[in-house]
Amino acid sequence: MIQSLTDLWYGFGVALQPHNLMWSFFGVLVGNMIGVLPGMGPLSAIAILLPLTFVMHAVPAIMMLSGIFYGAIYGGVIGAILLNLPCHPAHAVTCLDGYPMTQQGKGGAALGIAMLGSFFAASVGILVMIFFSPVLVKLAFQFGPGDVFAIMLLGLVAGSTMSGGSPLKGVAMTLVGILCGVAGTDVSSGAVRFTFGIPELADGVGLVAISMGLFGVADFLLNVNHATFVGSGVKIRLRDMPPSWAEIKQAFLPMLRGTFIGTLFGAMPGTGPTITTFIAYALESRISKTPERFGRGAIEGVVAPEAASHSKTQVDFIPTMCLGIPGDAVMALILGALMIQGIAPGPQLITEHPDLFWGLIASFWVGNVLLMLLNVPLIGVWVKLLQVPYRYLFPSALFFIAIGAFTTDNSLFQVVEVLFFGIVGVLFLTLRFSVTPILLGFVLGPMVEENFRRALQLSHGDLGILIHRPISASFIAACILLIAVQILIRLMKPGRKPVIEMETHAQP
Amino acid sequence: MRMMRRYSRDFYGGLLMILIGAGAGVTAAHYPIGTLADMGPGFYPLAIGILLALVGLAIAIAGGLSQGASGPRRKIDRRGGFCIIAGTLAFAVLGVYGGLVPATFAIVFISALGDRNNSLLQAFLLAAAMVVIAVLVFWWALQVQLPLFNWG
Repeated sequence: MIQSLTDLWYGFGVALQPHNLMWSFFGVLVGNMIGVLPGMGPLSAIAILLPLTFVMHAVPAIMMLSGIFYGAIYGGVIGAILLNLPCHPAHAVTCLDGYPMTQQGKGGAALGIAMLGSFFAASVGILVMIFFSPVLVKLAFQFGPGDVFAIMLLGLVAGSTMSGGSPLKGVAMTLVGILCGVAGTDVSSGAVRFTFGIPELADGVGLVAISMGLFGVADFLLNVNHATFVGSGVKIRLRDMPPSWAEIKQAFLPMLRGTFIGTLFGAMPGTGPTITTFIAYALESRISKTPERFGRGAIEGVVAPEAASHSKTQVDFIPTMCLGIPGDAVMALILGALMIQGIAPGPQLITEHPDLFWGLIASFWVGNVLLMLLNVPLIGVWVKLLQVPYRYLFPSALFFIAIGAFTTDNSLFQVVEVLFFGIVGVLFLTLRFSVTPILLGFVLGPMVEENFRRALQLSHGDLGILIHRPISASFIAACILLIAVQILIRLMKPGRKPVIEMETHAQP
Repeated sequence: MRMMRRYSRDFYGGLLMILIGAGAGVTAAHYPIGTLADMGPGFYPLAIGILLALVGLAIAIAGGLSQGASGPRRKIDRRGGFCIIAGTLAFAVLGVYGGLVPATFAIVFISALGDRNNSLLQAFLLAAAMVVIAVLVFWWALQVQLPLFNWG
């Protein structure tokens, strides 16, 4: 307890160093901007800026990338409430009540309360991370390769079946991602696999290329000439922002409940942000005494999902930083960035790189404060930014993607690789597959293989090792339970469609 | 198009997964497989490929059973798609045979023309602006390893 607080104090020392502070600020600024810009999500933003981190020190690099992530979620709420435009699918439910509030002239108050709630929820998420991480790390040191394999398997199963859309298709996409991760030189035997005679593939498929292709180029290809983002004439000024006392009182309990749900779901690997916000919203409308107000501008319906998404965002970092097991595609990307920096993720990270771990946590708080400062007084600027037309946006972004891909190893082959994954992404998306599990499989795949091989080497080929040890056995059991529950739900409610489409990452 | 209407899209999605899985499995079978106790480089991709083919089979069967309309279709705009792909390829080619300035201009100009609402002048101005950014930010400040001009 006390140790965590002294470590946190040390973390603040790291986070407030001018150099680190500057990059944190840059990250949240870019994230906020991208979150506001129509048609851009945190995944494409992180992918575009990833090459920049190659020349940076690890600490500011990770602070910046994380800043983009939570900054984009802050920014996304502006478009959702003011324009009914969910730039990130997690915000789709915020539109349901946020936009009616704007139509009633209460858009400023909705934004104000959403941001207050977000700040509160993020703080709770950070506190959970501070006190929970050291405990988890202590546990994690007892994990053998079989246990790590089982935990990763649970992450993959949960990530592919629960992130939205059809579970089977999610599993298929995860497997495709794993196959992409196989390409390149096999670490155990040195054999070169799946390169199809292309020498550039000997180092494997680039993380930057695959993510920019799937989340950048594929989006542009699908949205060009379809996206009709019209700027509205909404004007929001600073003095519209403070919510009334009655509104704060009304929003307080939903904010607490939303935060709780977000924390719970953040701790579970593989649950996407969209399902989290959706459940927070569903809970509010279920327990409300006046459910008819939902969909017509109920403030509870704005604050609960926003709080949930922010606490989840922070808690998401726990398995990524403590175990090296990312829960979703954004975390997979941040983990990939860590590995590019030469830092091995896992329980040893917190002791080997305390500056990184505690500095990052402290930077979350600093970043959240910066975001409040950025968003509240400058709301007018952000609203202006909402009106940047897509026809200027995507050609510029395409250039940033191309030059970013080039800089990953100074080769134009990477640009072709990006294009390839862009076209593949379009193919999958038109066949109604969700592409986010590909990234999870791509990052986790090689680690799964390594641990699986090592576990079976230790047991001399006896698969029983996976069920003889209590830790791996319980995670394997959780996997089976998860799959069984999914099949049961399928069988009990045949033909039931998901209430909202969760797979799209940019709304047409 | 008529075929698309007879089977649902999931049927084709499943088929594609079977193809990818089988292709990966066959490729992996060329590498040493090894045993469970001592796996070769082919073991894991072979297993994943087989799994993917099986999942694809399940998707295809489910899709074949439930035929008919399956929600709105996301279709690419032909002109936009062509220009984005051509622009990106132009960047890759001109990066080698032209240098940073022509490559930047080409990718922005060509892809901007993909949007029906951009005029030639607007595309030109946007491309010119990005060239300035490319030179100032990427070439001068970040020292990207691409010469400004590289004719010949």
